[in-house]
Amino acid sequence: MIALALPAQDSGSFTPPGIDEMHLPAILPWGAHDGFSKQMLLVILSVVIIATFFILAARKQQLVPGKLQFAGEMAYGFVRNSIAKDIIGGKDFIKYVPLLFSLFFFILVNNIYGAIPVIQLPSFSHVGGAYVLAGIVYFTWIIIGIKKNGLKYFKLATVPSGVPWYILPIVVPIEIISNFLVRPVTHSLRLFATMLAGHLIVMLAGSGIEFLVMQENVLLKGTSVLVLVGAIAMYMLEALIMALQAYVFTLLTAIYIEGALHADSH
Amino acid sequence: MNQLIISAATEGEAANPLVPNVWEMGVVLVGFAVLLYIVVKFIVPMFEKTFAERAEAIEGGIAKAEAAQAEASAALEEYKQQLTDARAEANRIREEARAEGAQILADLKAKAAAESARITEQAHAAIESERQAAVVSLRSEVGTLATTLAGRIVGEALTDDQRAARVVDRFLADLETQSAGAAK
Repeated sequence: MIALALPAQDSGSFTPPGIDEMHLPAILPWGAHDGFSKQMLLVILSVVIIATFFILAARKQQLVPGKLQFAGEMAYGFVRNSIAKDIIGGKDFIKYVPLLFSLFFFILVNNIYGAIPVIQLPSFSHVGGAYVLAGIVYFTWIIIGIKKNGLKYFKLATVPSGVPWYILPIVVPIEIISNFLVRPVTHSLRLFATMLAGHLIVMLAGSGIEFLVMQENVLLKGTSVLVLVGAIAMYMLEALIMALQAYVFTLLTAIYIEGALHADSH
Repeated sequence: MNQLIISAATEGEAANPLVPNVWEMGVVLVGFAVLLYIVVKFIVPMFEKTFAERAEAIEGGIAKAEAAQAEASAALEEYKQQLTDARAEANRIREEARAEGAQILADLKAKAAAESARITEQAHAAIESERQAAVVSLRSEVGTLATTLAGRIVGEALTDDQRAARVVDRFLADLETQSAGAAK
């Protein structure tokens, strides 16, 4: 904090990076404002990375796995057993494993980009991708609910059983808002906001270090070390959050699907 | 609408981070769809196949182990049965042998007893006949000797046979009553 406050009197003022810095110039501009951005490239790259890794890991299947196959099976088994099987359960869970598996690794790889030095840009620091994924999940669980319970599903999802009739006028609107309106918003914004904030912090620390190192005062220059230490700690925290958000997003998807499947027992 | 906001944002104000870039949404949608297709088509089936095979292999191994265990316990049972049979057989043979031995011993004892009885009988008979002979010879010899002796002592020859025989008889009768009394 002191390190950030001091420079103002020495040489020029420090302007922290803002939201606008999140929008890098397009790699391949077209149209007026849009273009082929770094995020797009990274998203496409993530699909290639995930598909290549898991196909390589699963290609030569042996009963006693090699290192690569073992890693692939660990990753697959994590989503399959710890998320799909534990949350959804029953015999049906296997149907939803592909969706959960794709979501988890798609988000994970796109988030981890933010922790890789040269790339250093989590794809979901732009909100569009998060909207798309949350939208896919939103329609998926609503369709599952309708398929399973018919149109009665909306009644099951909004009218909790065992509530006295005179409370229903309050409870039903709350349920409608929380389940059908707020849920997709929080689902997408949670992912987007954590990635944006993480990226901003890393940028802020980076530009702060750069600014301090440029100072002529040696002592002031030295304070950049403090920022660096803080930046490394934040970097570790961000890496954790990147993995955690992928897990949270997938876990919530599994919970929504489970809720839709067993709406009658909730 | 989006276009409006984006263009407004790019014209100087800070960009609204909640407004998505439509092209990026498209890329994510298509990219995710492609990934999902690959996962559904290839990755999940491959992993599930291995999982199923592995589960089968493990279950097969367990079944095999169970079979081996059952076989081993059956063999053990059989050996135990055989051992019991063998023990019973040995006991039976030992019992038989003991009974047979006792039989033989009893036979031998009986035979020995019969033999000894026979020998005793013979000995008795021999002794009896000897004694008989001895009595006969003694009777004549003792008579002669006694007569001779008595003649010498008396000084006269007991020539009268009738008298001599009487004397001898009386003597012998005395002798017999004496020996009978002694035997009693």
